[in-house]
Amino acid sequence: MEDNRFLVSSSPHLREDTSTRMIMLDVIIALIPALVASIWLFGWQAVAVIVVCVGSCVASEYLSRLILKRPQTVGDLSCIVTGLLLAFNLPASIPLWEAALGGVVAIVVAKQMFGGIGHNFVNPALIGRIVLLMSFPGDMNTWLNPVGRGLDAISSATPLAVQSVAESPYDLGTLFFGAHAGSLGETCAGALIIGGIYLVIRRVIKPTIPLVYIGTVFVLTWLITGQVYDATYHILAGGLMLGAIFMATDYTTSPITPWGKVIYALGCGLLTVLIRQWGSLPEGVSFAIVIMNILTPLIERVTHSRPFGQKRRERHA
Amino acid sequence: MSLFAAVRGGVHAPHRKNTAECESVIMPPPAKVILSMSQHIGPPCKPTVAVGDAVCVGQIVGDSDQLFSAPIHASVSGTVSAITEITMPNGSKAQAVVIDSDGAMTPYPVEPPVVENHAQFLAAVRASGLVGLGGAGFPTHVKLNPKNLTAIDTLIINAAECEPYITADYRECVENSWDVLSGVQTIMEFLDTTRVIIAIESNKPEAIRILSEIAKTVDTAERQVIVKSLPARYPQGAEKVLIAQTTGRQVPPGKLPADVGCVVMNVTSIAMLSRFLKTGMPLITKRLTIDGSAIANPQNVIVPLGTPICDVIEFTGGLKAPVKKLLMGGPMMGTALADMSLPVLKQNNAILAFAEEDAVLPEASPCIRCGKCVSACPMKLTPPTLAIAVQLEDVDALQKRDVMTCMECGCCAFSCPAKRPLVQILRQGKDLVRAASKKS
Repeated sequence: MEDNRFLVSSSPHLREDTSTRMIMLDVIIALIPALVASIWLFGWQAVAVIVVCVGSCVASEYLSRLILKRPQTVGDLSCIVTGLLLAFNLPASIPLWEAALGGVVAIVVAKQMFGGIGHNFVNPALIGRIVLLMSFPGDMNTWLNPVGRGLDAISSATPLAVQSVAESPYDLGTLFFGAHAGSLGETCAGALIIGGIYLVIRRVIKPTIPLVYIGTVFVLTWLITGQVYDATYHILAGGLMLGAIFMATDYTTSPITPWGKVIYALGCGLLTVLIRQWGSLPEGVSFAIVIMNILTPLIERVTHSRPFGQKRRERHA
Repeated sequence: MSLFAAVRGGVHAPHRKNTAECESVIMPPPAKVILSMSQHIGPPCKPTVAVGDAVCVGQIVGDSDQLFSAPIHASVSGTVSAITEITMPNGSKAQAVVIDSDGAMTPYPVEPPVVENHAQFLAAVRASGLVGLGGAGFPTHVKLNPKNLTAIDTLIINAAECEPYITADYRECVENSWDVLSGVQTIMEFLDTTRVIIAIESNKPEAIRILSEIAKTVDTAERQVIVKSLPARYPQGAEKVLIAQTTGRQVPPGKLPADVGCVVMNVTSIAMLSRFLKTGMPLITKRLTIDGSAIANPQNVIVPLGTPICDVIEFTGGLKAPVKKLLMGGPMMGTALADMSLPVLKQNNAILAFAEEDAVLPEASPCIRCGKCVSACPMKLTPPTLAIAVQLEDVDALQKRDVMTCMECGCCAFSCPAKRPLVQILRQGKDLVRAASKKS
């Protein structure tokens, strides 16, 4: 036969038709309902913040890889996901240069400085948001009233900033459909849940983290307040849906072990409730997730599965 | 995966059983055969013939006095033209006896063995040259002589054939179902097992139907013979997975099926054994599935052992596209070969030749920790953690995280979106552990 030297490589010789890019594309698709809702609620200001955040993240990713002389990774689309999530975590009225700075912090500081995709130990979008929150507390706490469609930048109370649920001007339906003050992408719980269901159906995420996280917040709030209404209010308000479905499930910064996911989500829920009920901030989702991100390697270590067929951990105790 | 499956994990590999309806074709003797002295797990055989000797079909040409071995027999009649060294698929060197065929296929005067007790039975199994034909090449006479013989209550016949493309075992079930059954009865008798489970993936309804029908004729309360349909999900045919799926028992890491009271045998091995007991003709041929995008006429062929792969492909009608990748075995666990001159071995069940477009090596990107490999691993390992330990050459961590439990089924790498060569990495990890334990 002809010159017979063939390609020799390790098994398996078949690969599933999947890629990092396809997964990120699925996440972007899952974010579309919330994206549409944010533009509907907050108008052109939402568009501007989203465009600036995504643009800043993509540019930061591209330039970081260029300067570090590493293979280009813009094509995996993960920087677009980070940009969208960052934008969803900002108020519509934020000065655009601040939004852009958030993107730079997220990509350069939280992601690329640690080695890029797969190597960051905290969620980049959340670090972007937290840095902005610390640096520009005024701008980060000016909430537009969506009903006014952003024409007047009047400060309006977010659902969690009220003294108690009983005094809240919002009912559960308003929270579900998003017609209240808040960050761009967090207000419409319904749109976020649709995205979450899409991710589960497409097997991009397992439902463990969102269900346990939201469930923990519900149960703890119920135990503390004694009110099912308050507990329901708390799971629909603030950044919980966005955080539990899209941020806490970030692959790189959450445990890969099945039981690790449960413990991690329980921790996220507990910290969120603690901050919301007794902390000095009205909202605690960002900090809760970031703290649990940092604990992820430790959680993984203690939740390592026993291999198939091994009854007890007798060998390596 | 069904909700009640005994084993977590696995992947939906495409089936591609293109040759399922292709009745086996018998290949005439090739011009020469190359019989490797290493066609089993264990020390290789030594040639028992010299250059120039005339040999007949079924005559022993290589044997060993070691326990973990099985004799090698001439698969054609003719003259020993060389005793040479060949490179095996895994890169190791092995001695090989080359026989120039005279085309006559003159049989060696063989007689059916006399088998009246377990010891005679084992001697006969050894004489047949039989090794695990599913791929592992574990000498069958060793497998059928477990230390805890009396504790063995279940014989599992592996006809799962979960690798894509391969239909050789399926054809055995369909074409030689009575051989399968008589093999089952013989082993049942000599191992004194009370239960036989013939396990077949649900994507082979015809095999399930035929074997169920004939199993019914021998199934009794004391000696059960059951055909069990398994979900068509890779890797059902992996020994530990198969045992768990059929009996619910889990073989602990580092243990053998016998430790949970089971003996697992490939279906083709069983049928071959029953033919040997009837005729005395040892293992000299093998049915291979020839398929892949470069093959002109995919089909099942029964070839003399030691036939060079290029001759087998030529016999089936040659290639329709230049070969870029040549596999011995299935696409999930098969070995890629560097050239076509290698001979067919006992444990081969397929030769797959792929054209350029099906042989593209995907470019690996960083692990994003999506956890798909963790969900896919039937052995419940955590490939990303192990991969880091391999990178750090941390033997302690590798042992602690049970890298040796990995059976290289390929589910992790198959499902990885970052296209990481996880099996290769874990193999490296196993080598590190082996090297370290040798040192200490």
